[in-house]
Amino acid sequence: MIKLTPRNNQSKILIAITPIIAVLFTMIFGGILFWVLGKNPFEAIKLIFWDPLMSETFSDYARPQILVKASPLILIALGLSVGFKANIWNIGAEGQFIMGALISAGIGLALYPMENRLIFPLMVVCGTLGGTLWALIPAILKSRFNTNEILVSLMLVYIAEQALASASIGILRNPEGSGFPGSRNLNQYPSASNPELIAGSGVHWGVVFSILTVWFFHYLLKNHKFGFQIKLFGDAPRAASFAGLKSNYIILLCFSISGGLAGMAGMFELTGPAGAITIDFNVGYGFTAIIVAFLGRLNPIGILFAGLLMALTYVGGEISQFMLGIPAAAIQVFQGMLLFFLLSIDLIVKFQLSFIRNKHISRKE
Amino acid sequence: MKIIKFLSLISLFFVGVMSSVQATELKVGFIYVNPVGENTGWDYQHDQGRKAVENAYGNKVETSYVEAVPEGADAERVMTQMALSGHDMIFATSFGFMDPVMNVAAKFPNVKFEHATGYKRADNVATYSARFYEGRSVIGHIAGRMTKTNTIGYIASYPIPEVIRGINSAYLAAKAVNPNIKFKIVWVFTWFDPAKEADAASTLIDQGADMIMQHTDSTAAMTIAEERGVYAFGQASDMKKFGPRAQLTSIIDDWAPYYVERVGKALDGTWKSEDTWDGLAPGMAAISDFSNEIPETVRKEAQDLHDAIASGTVHSFTGPINKQDGSTWLAAGETADDGTLLGMNFYVEGIDGDIPQ
Repeated sequence: MIKLTPRNNQSKILIAITPIIAVLFTMIFGGILFWVLGKNPFEAIKLIFWDPLMSETFSDYARPQILVKASPLILIALGLSVGFKANIWNIGAEGQFIMGALISAGIGLALYPMENRLIFPLMVVCGTLGGTLWALIPAILKSRFNTNEILVSLMLVYIAEQALASASIGILRNPEGSGFPGSRNLNQYPSASNPELIAGSGVHWGVVFSILTVWFFHYLLKNHKFGFQIKLFGDAPRAASFAGLKSNYIILLCFSISGGLAGMAGMFELTGPAGAITIDFNVGYGFTAIIVAFLGRLNPIGILFAGLLMALTYVGGEISQFMLGIPAAAIQVFQGMLLFFLLSIDLIVKFQLSFIRNKHISRKE
Repeated sequence: MKIIKFLSLISLFFVGVMSSVQATELKVGFIYVNPVGENTGWDYQHDQGRKAVENAYGNKVETSYVEAVPEGADAERVMTQMALSGHDMIFATSFGFMDPVMNVAAKFPNVKFEHATGYKRADNVATYSARFYEGRSVIGHIAGRMTKTNTIGYIASYPIPEVIRGINSAYLAAKAVNPNIKFKIVWVFTWFDPAKEADAASTLIDQGADMIMQHTDSTAAMTIAEERGVYAFGQASDMKKFGPRAQLTSIIDDWAPYYVERVGKALDGTWKSEDTWDGLAPGMAAISDFSNEIPETVRKEAQDLHDAIASGTVHSFTGPINKQDGSTWLAAGETADDGTLLGMNFYVEGIDGDIPQ
């Protein structure tokens, strides 16, 4: 039996460099994996981590692309992190992402082909609201009937996916699309499009918003009463209730924030990189963001770096696929290792592991 | 300071490893929407085509692929990076890659693009697809002759022209040999979801279907058919392994001849942007070996029908055919034009139910 006891004097330096150690471990064990697959491990690791950032062939294009790929992850993970800190588990960001995109597409396409500068901001607001409303379903069910928010929010993802499929072949289908599923391309509708801000980079408003949100959350959680309330609610719910914090208020608020940001991310993704509503519009940002939130230790700055790192492994992973023939599944294992090593090293740094013989352990709270 | 030593060691390795570029004449990339998989399926068949290209041209051609590429922005990034890394030709093998292909092709006019099942072309973008509906005529004929319950179960993916065309084609061929035939259609709204496809197959069998057709990618329905003792027709690849008794035949996607031909044209400089829609004749859509469960006479009829369609003497859609609402579509002897087939959004007369909207 293994017993964990919190370390009294945790090394601050060790905690700070844990992510670096985790990345190194991932490189070593990932390298072994690639070697077993018959690929040159050093070249594979170089293609994943180095080439997108530094190589002459790829870096000019790949650097901004990493920002583009990371921005929805960061935006969603920031929202989720607030809830996770408070022990409120929104697992359905993927569904909220879809709903944000669907609602904003509906508004934008309803106004087509009217040109007005206010359409895009209106769509941002509606997308955020769409995500919020979808997230409020599990929140209200939890606060009124004490349902399990993990289950309800997750199940709502699959309902959102059905709504997406239905909209793609039904109400939002492009009337000029020869009967194929999918909406009009919003990139070809200037008032609703989310254009490149720097030509050739692909960087769009979503990137700007996600960085602003990092800064805002950093301030909010560190210097504002709200940050303390969230932490208190997560660590000591009874103390929080004595302090007059209503749990329903925190639940609704956390879900609104995470749902709203997921919806906003969906809206930016729709109007920018994706362009149109299609049956397979969602590609898992809402789920990957959960990993990003923990990889970033629920800290806004940490999430920024975690999102960028995750995006790097996506972009680099693709490069290693076509340059070296590494299968996609191996890249996913590699990404999984990253989270595994970070969490396990974190555990070892924060807790003392001791092996004990007796079967019955009494846990002190 | 151990860590710094270690880091510098790692970085030394990075410097040491420089990717060596082989001197090949043509670099050809493929992107697949799902993982290639082991034995069956849409992406597996495309990868078989890629391997055929490698075998055909040896060292002259180098191929690579990226699998599990989501449609949309991710596909655009992957193709851009392929183009940046010196690929001369890129095969994009899913409908949803269409707009990304057009965007990347505009940025790299010297790279040749081949897009499967799309309808947008440019000087450096060709499109190709297969007339799978011709194969569906053959399986429709077999099903119509062999069913005892007069009920055919059909697992449909998405209500798009490709799928609707397949249903109509199979129905017309079955109806021609069995006037009492009924089609029961389940829409699963996915291309690949073994659980959903298995559920759909079970439901159809419960409703009396003794023949299962599928327009989805997994082998789940075939497995269920084997378990429940009914017959089924495979999709994309030969699925005999999953239904040794159940599979009567499969409609095979065989991209290899087309890929070899197109890469050959790129090599000798005669490649042009074209639209290719081939069927049973060159074998882009092929029928796998008939099962011995099919009676000898039916096997012969099916082979004759296959040969007649391949030679062009028979068209899967030959009038008189009415639409579901009873209005005339094709007069007696008239055959369908490709434009109508490509945009097909209606059932023919006799099929029950509505196309989901």
